[in-house]
Amino acid sequence: MLDLPRIVITGIGLASPNGNNLGEYRRNLLAGVSGVEPYEIRYFGKTVAGVCHFEATRYQSRKTLRRGTRAGSVAIYCANEAVLDSGIDLEKVGRHRVGVYVGTTEHGNVETEEQIYEVSQYGYDLSYWSHHHNPRTVANNPAGEVTLNMGITGPHYAVGGACAGGNLGIIQGAQMLQLSEVDMAIGGGVSESIHTFGIFASFKAENALGEREDPTRVSRPFDKSRNGIVVSEGGCLYTLERLEDAQRRGARIYAELAGWHVNSDAADFVLPLPERQRQCMEAALKRADMGPEDIHIVSTHATSTPLGDIQECGAVRAVFGESRTTHINNTKSYIGHTMGAAGAIELAGNLPSFEDGVVHPTINVEELDPECEIHGLVLNEPKATKRVDTILNLSFGMLGINSALVVKRP
Amino acid sequence: MTKDEVKEAVKDIIATIAPDEDLAALDHSKLLRDQIELDSMDFLDIVMELRKRYGVQVPEEEYKELGSLDSCGRYLHPKMAAMELKLLNA
Repeated sequence: MLDLPRIVITGIGLASPNGNNLGEYRRNLLAGVSGVEPYEIRYFGKTVAGVCHFEATRYQSRKTLRRGTRAGSVAIYCANEAVLDSGIDLEKVGRHRVGVYVGTTEHGNVETEEQIYEVSQYGYDLSYWSHHHNPRTVANNPAGEVTLNMGITGPHYAVGGACAGGNLGIIQGAQMLQLSEVDMAIGGGVSESIHTFGIFASFKAENALGEREDPTRVSRPFDKSRNGIVVSEGGCLYTLERLEDAQRRGARIYAELAGWHVNSDAADFVLPLPERQRQCMEAALKRADMGPEDIHIVSTHATSTPLGDIQECGAVRAVFGESRTTHINNTKSYIGHTMGAAGAIELAGNLPSFEDGVVHPTINVEELDPECEIHGLVLNEPKATKRVDTILNLSFGMLGINSALVVKRP
Repeated sequence: MTKDEVKEAVKDIIATIAPDEDLAALDHSKLLRDQIELDSMDFLDIVMELRKRYGVQVPEEEYKELGSLDSCGRYLHPKMAAMELKLLNA
C-alpha cells in the first residue's frame, strides 16, 4: 500500500429536509423529526417529498439564484456553510489550490422538463427555448456555480455516481488531496431531483415510489409494510484537508477518512447485487485495516423498497452479522432519498456520534421485516453507547455502483 | 402603450431579470449596462421576455437599439403601440 497522506473532514455544510445545519439536523434525528411533506409537481400531481427550506439568498443574489439551478443553489449554500464552519481562509490556502467535487445522481432533467413545458405554451416554437438551458444543464453546473460564487479557481466537476454520488464526491476530494492536485477540497453531493416530475413518474412506473397517508411515515426502511422510495432534495459538502495541514492551522477535525471502496455489480441496470455490496464493504474495511467488530455504526443505504432493503440487509448481515459492537441505522427514514446528496448527508447525521456516543435510530419501523433483521439494528429510539469511534457509510446506485466509506474518530 | 409605457414595460422586464438592482434612479438617456450590472445573457433575457410578454421579435442586428431606456422607447414603440402594458413587478 502506498504511504498516502491522511485526509480529514474539517467543515460541514448541509441542507437537509429536516435541518439547515448540522446542529439542527442532528437534533431532529435524535428527536425523530421527519423532513418529508406533502408535495405536488407538474403532470405527476400530488405525492410526498423531502423539501429543503434553507435561506437561498444567504450566500447568493436574487439574480444569480434566478440564473442558476436549484442544485447550484443547494451547492452554493452547502459550500459556503462548510467553509465558514471550517474556519479556513481561502486566500491563505490559495483559491487556485481548492477543488470542488460534487456528486450528483442526475442533472439537467429539471431544466429540460421546464423548457419543454415552456415551449409547449408557445406551440413548440423553439425560439422560446432558453439561452440558459446549456449552462444550467451541463453536468458540472452545481460544482461550477460554487466556483463562480466563491471565486475558486481550482478544478471543479461533477462526480456522477447515481445515488452513490455523495460518497464519491468525498472520495474524489480525498484522492485529489492525496495526489497534491489541490490543498483543500470541497466534496460531497447535492440533489434537485424533486423538481423533475420524471423521477417521480419513473419510480412510480417501477412500482418503487413510496405511498402512505402520513407523509412523515412513508419512508420506512426495514418495516414490513414499506412500499417504496420518497424522493428528496438536499445537499452536503465537506471541507477536506490533509491531516498535517489541518493540524498546522489548529482546525477542528470531525473525522478522518480511514478507508473506502467503490465497485460495480456488472449485473443489472436497476437491481442491486448483495454479493458485490458485501465485497465493497469488505474491501473498504481492508483498506481501513479494520474488521467488522471495529465498526461501531453502519449507516445503511436502504431506500425503503421491498426488495432493495432485503438485499442490502443480506449483504450487511454477511459482514456484520456476528459483530456485537456494530450498530446499524438508516437516515432515509427521516428525510427520504436525497439521491446524489444521500451518501454525504447521511454520513453527516452520524458524525456527531463521535461526540455524544448516541446512535440515531431508523424511524417508522412499526413491524420489522424478518428478512431485514440484523443484530445491532437501532430502531425507533436513539441508542446511547459507551463510545462511537468508527462509521461505515454505505451508498449504492443504479447501474450497479456500490460505495463504502469508513471514517474514524480523529 | 405610450412611449413612456413601453419604457415602463422594459423596466419591468429588467426588474425580473436583475431583481437586486434599484431601477428608480435609472437615467433614461444613458446605456443600461453602464448603470446596472447587465451582461450579454441578460440582454438575451430582455429579448426573450419581450417575445414572451408582447410577441415582439428583436433581430440580432437590432439588439443595439435596446441600449438605453430612451432607445428602447424609440425602437419598440412602433412595435408595441397597440398593446396593453403588463407589469409583473408592480
